[in-house]
Amino acid sequence: MPAAVQKEKGSASLVAMLLVPIIVVNSIGFILPILNLAQLSFKEALVGGGIGEAFTLSNWAILIEDTFYLEVLWQSVWVSAAITLITLACSYPIALYLHRTSDPIRTVLIVLVISPLLTSAVIRTYGWVALLSDNGVITSLLTSMGLNVPPLMFNTTGVIIGMTEILMPYMILALFAGFGRLDQNVEDAARALGANELRVFTRVVFPLTLPGVVLGCLLVFVLAVSSFITPKLLGGGRVFLLATEIYDQAIVTLNWPLAATLSMLVLIVFGLALALYARALRLVTA
Amino acid sequence: MDNNRMGLPMKLLVSILFLYLLTPVILVFPLSFSDDQTLAFPPSSWSLRWYRAIFGDGRMMDAFITSLGLATVVTLLSIVVALPASYAIVRFPSKVTNALFNLLTAPLLLPTIVLGLGILIVFASLGVMGSFSGLVMAHMTVTLPYALRVLTTFLTGLNLTVEEAAATLGARPMVVFRRITLPAMTPGLIAATALCFLVSFDEVVITLFLAGPRMTTLPVELYHRVEMQPDPLVASVSALIIGLTLAVVLIVDRSLGLNKTFVK
Repeated sequence: MPAAVQKEKGSASLVAMLLVPIIVVNSIGFILPILNLAQLSFKEALVGGGIGEAFTLSNWAILIEDTFYLEVLWQSVWVSAAITLITLACSYPIALYLHRTSDPIRTVLIVLVISPLLTSAVIRTYGWVALLSDNGVITSLLTSMGLNVPPLMFNTTGVIIGMTEILMPYMILALFAGFGRLDQNVEDAARALGANELRVFTRVVFPLTLPGVVLGCLLVFVLAVSSFITPKLLGGGRVFLLATEIYDQAIVTLNWPLAATLSMLVLIVFGLALALYARALRLVTA
Repeated sequence: MDNNRMGLPMKLLVSILFLYLLTPVILVFPLSFSDDQTLAFPPSSWSLRWYRAIFGDGRMMDAFITSLGLATVVTLLSIVVALPASYAIVRFPSKVTNALFNLLTAPLLLPTIVLGLGILIVFASLGVMGSFSGLVMAHMTVTLPYALRVLTTFLTGLNLTVEEAAATLGARPMVVFRRITLPAMTPGLIAATALCFLVSFDEVVITLFLAGPRMTTLPVELYHRVEMQPDPLVASVSALIIGLTLAVVLIVDRSLGLNKTFVK
């Protein structure tokens, strides 16, 4: 055997040896669980948490026939879409400011944007409980001003307020990264040609930042659909979304086949969002 | 760039939005010094009682110790497993190792609620539910992709010539790795260690599926507390967690500079 081939074989077995441990963990913790979920969505749930052997489409049929799950799906999609749009509206000015300001301030502000990401969602949601609950900061402040405040927690409003804040850092960073195409000279040219500020924004600034906007929206939508902690705590079991329903089916009802089917549904929504993103990106960069 | 372009209204708007973004986190600190029995802001009087209460709360202390031990074990194992893998992927690039890299970092793309459910069902049949080893395995599923990413990025940036020189001079591959590659990788290893520790210490969704009444972690215990009785104890524990996170980040920053590590 020529030396080169021998060396090749030796390094191939070395590479395999180095990679075996991580492949084992990945297989047990990732590949096996996901494949198992996929096949479980075609198994029948027996009374008392058991799982039938035979192949069935009944779980998928439930999703279509039971209006409750259609409502959950619809609620998940529109709440996530609302969160995405509000997050965009709240993040855009910050990202634009970050882009235009100069360095010492910019670095400090970027640290301020990133720091919530290092804080657990449980802690940040607790902060929202302190703000939004019936005797919380915002509610008592508004009541003391003589306003009649509707409940801000344990409903969709609370979930949207909290989720928007939780997801803002992702949107700001995505937008900021995409603002590289924004050239000050182009703006100045538009102004010199007589465009007013509103027109400069709608005709020059915003179109140029669209790729970043689309990317940020995809990211935030996908995260919103799959978020669990904040919707569960601020929804208080009264807001039914896909992620909270997966948990309830798995832990409370012990209907694992249905939970698995709902998980597959989340992945399908992911896929559709990704397809929509690809289409929107082609539109805005064309 | 000239700042006058951004008028006062813009600055005011940005300040309000930052207030919205940061208030929930900042609020935790004054709340943790409350002397009230229940959650109220501003507190009627101030004290350290909720910090003392942490030590009197057996469940919270147990959860804290579990989290600390878990994050330590997960971090060590993640480095031990990811380091050789990153070496193989960077030093022996091929179609196969490239594809493997994508597969091995794929768990990060999956929603944790889906991953948690999948792991719950598989681990239940393996009989490792609610056990320490089960939690280690589950956490490593999410920490390994981070470790692999940081280590491969760092290793790619390392200069090969010194390794080659050592090999030419007759050092065996193991010696080259131990004497040359490993010391040069120290900054990457520190960054990966810190990241794994923080990710494991903060993990909540997957752990929520696996933790049982006998074994729970700090974030999961905190989650249940917020759900059942969100009193100022949550604030004092949160303040300590934020302090711990800050300490880890500062250590990394002091030893290598955050920009160099995370913003490559």
